[in-house]
Amino acid sequence: MSVTKYESQLREPLVNGDKTYGQVTQDIVHTIEAKPTRLWYIGFYVSVALLLFGVYSVYREVVYGIGQWNVNRTIGWGWDITNFVWWVGIGHAGTLISAILLLFRQGWRTGVNRAAEAMTIFAVMCAGQFPIFHMGRVWMAFFTLPYPNTRGPLWPNFNSPLLWDVFAISTYFTVSLLFWYSGLLPDLATVRDRAKTKLRKHLYGIASFGWSGSTKHWQRHESLSLVLAGLSTPLVLSVHTIVSFDFATSVVPGWHTTIFPPYFVAGAIFSGFAMVQTLMLILRKVMNLQDYITLGHIEAMNKVIVLTGSIVGCAYLTELFMAWYSQVPFEQDIFFKYRIAGPYGWSYWLMMTCNVISPQLFWSRKLRRNVLFTFIMSIVVNIGMWFERFVIIVSSLYRDYLPSSWSIYYRPTIWEVGFYLGTFGLFFTCFFLFSKYFPVIAIAEIKYVLKTTGESYKNDMSTLENKNVDEFAHEMHDHHEEGSVKVVHH
Amino acid sequence: MALKKFVVGCFEDEKVLFPAVAKVRKAGYKFHDIYTPFPVHGLDKAMGLRDTSIHTAGFLFGMIGTTTAVTFMTWVFTKDWPVNIGGKPNFALPAWIPITFELTVLCAAVGMVLTFCYICQLAPFVKKHTFHPRATDDLFVMVIECGEKTDEQELTTLLNSVGAQEVNTQVAEEGWWIGRYDQEQELYKEPNIA
Repeated sequence: MSVTKYESQLREPLVNGDKTYGQVTQDIVHTIEAKPTRLWYIGFYVSVALLLFGVYSVYREVVYGIGQWNVNRTIGWGWDITNFVWWVGIGHAGTLISAILLLFRQGWRTGVNRAAEAMTIFAVMCAGQFPIFHMGRVWMAFFTLPYPNTRGPLWPNFNSPLLWDVFAISTYFTVSLLFWYSGLLPDLATVRDRAKTKLRKHLYGIASFGWSGSTKHWQRHESLSLVLAGLSTPLVLSVHTIVSFDFATSVVPGWHTTIFPPYFVAGAIFSGFAMVQTLMLILRKVMNLQDYITLGHIEAMNKVIVLTGSIVGCAYLTELFMAWYSQVPFEQDIFFKYRIAGPYGWSYWLMMTCNVISPQLFWSRKLRRNVLFTFIMSIVVNIGMWFERFVIIVSSLYRDYLPSSWSIYYRPTIWEVGFYLGTFGLFFTCFFLFSKYFPVIAIAEIKYVLKTTGESYKNDMSTLENKNVDEFAHEMHDHHEEGSVKVVHH
Repeated sequence: MALKKFVVGCFEDEKVLFPAVAKVRKAGYKFHDIYTPFPVHGLDKAMGLRDTSIHTAGFLFGMIGTTTAVTFMTWVFTKDWPVNIGGKPNFALPAWIPITFELTVLCAAVGMVLTFCYICQLAPFVKKHTFHPRATDDLFVMVIECGEKTDEQELTTLLNSVGAQEVNTQVAEEGWWIGRYDQEQELYKEPNIA
């Protein structure tokens, strides 16, 4: 068999350097086998400290009640739900990379999908905390589940978007976890078979479920991945759509709009990619993975950021236009008096600057490929996207129909902020543990694309390119006849 | 569950592997399996394996999810405890779409993964014989089962001639068992070599 999968030389290599299969394994697995660096320890302990502060903040909220927070009438959602929507949004990029880009056959996803999926799972774990603890009496959280009970049985309201959220977030978490772990099995088996110490062999032996690499199993594994990707794609779109329903089905001015689902989904992908950038730039530097997470990968993600950022910008302008066009005085007041101007005007303009104006710099190729600039932008975008949710929640709630129920200026308490910081602690604690004990790059998937997209192998494509067209077509045809090779046309 | 004798040939390059598979098959040998570090497209066809139908399981589980969601919500809101919510109809199908969809996806995904684990015998604490530790790293490991009439010597020569880097014979359990990867277990008191 000759290499019949043709990959144009014009495309950037996905794996830099002269690598063999063994080298790929070595590069990715050695971080698990080596002792963590000092930087890892510092990062890990800082995360654990944040997590502990978060646990204490939540402890106060549970013991003394919601009064520990400054959420008030009418700003009942405040920081808490802002953080919830922000974290859920961040999770979306992982699924986009692992599922949607798989369906679109985007080869560059292989370098970043594993870590991005892990990010999704940890972000959804963080997101889930907020609505649960916002219930106040958290020990009653299971009341949201439809189980036979002694109250009638009284069932939850299936027509309520808040209940849809319970189903959406829990399904999203479960499916993401299954997708991620089924992809991990072969790589955990790789770690197991290389393990030198007994404990490592035992633990990775349990974790890899007895994976052997059988051809039949690979065939089923690929089919499974494809179907899970097909299921995750509408799922990820549905999750943020349902989150946006929490707002859109209400009659609060500024929330009651049909544009919310697409606007929220685009925003989610936008902020998620920014978080992926933040993590990947650190990861490739600390773990020395520049050959696998290349400038090409970073550029591709920056392109997604500029696209989704522009969609979000369009949505902001559409909202303003619709407020004016609807001729509803309440809508107009919310947008033109209390969002753009008013006591919270600063947050609106911060959101506009971070989300709409600054990402436009990514139209420049030079800036897209600049690591430091990308890192700064990724943080700017995440600040902007946090403020987007803050603007939506706070500036719609603080002044609505009745001036008598207008609220005073809202400031969070230290315990409200502490809860948010605590989820950062949870997120990064999980991420540090993941980067130490799991293969952060999908080893098998990299090997699968290595011979067509690796830097040293791409050179072989020139012989193919220089071939006579008839001869080339003939060879392809022969292989197809043999049935031994799947011919991939690009 | 039985000990069997296998001839194992290891290949370093898939370019060598494919013609070798064709030749070994032509010579009439039966593959036990080929272990590869990553999915090699076309290898299943070359070995003569049929397509998987695991996606059908996914579809069936998905249908179970859809049916459960719709029938359950209908029963709750029209029979068990009808609630007047702002005078809206009790049978509020459009409002149930989100939950129906989520439950469909959940059942399809969970059901399919469990099916996958079941048919591939994958679970924590499951152990299988490792024919070559580098099969999950950078080697393509072809395993051929020795029948009563198989000439081991001839097979070894054939594998060497088609480009195998390393050829050996192993007596091993063909299935799975509950075990630990850090320990070698004695599975049989009296090995009955087939």
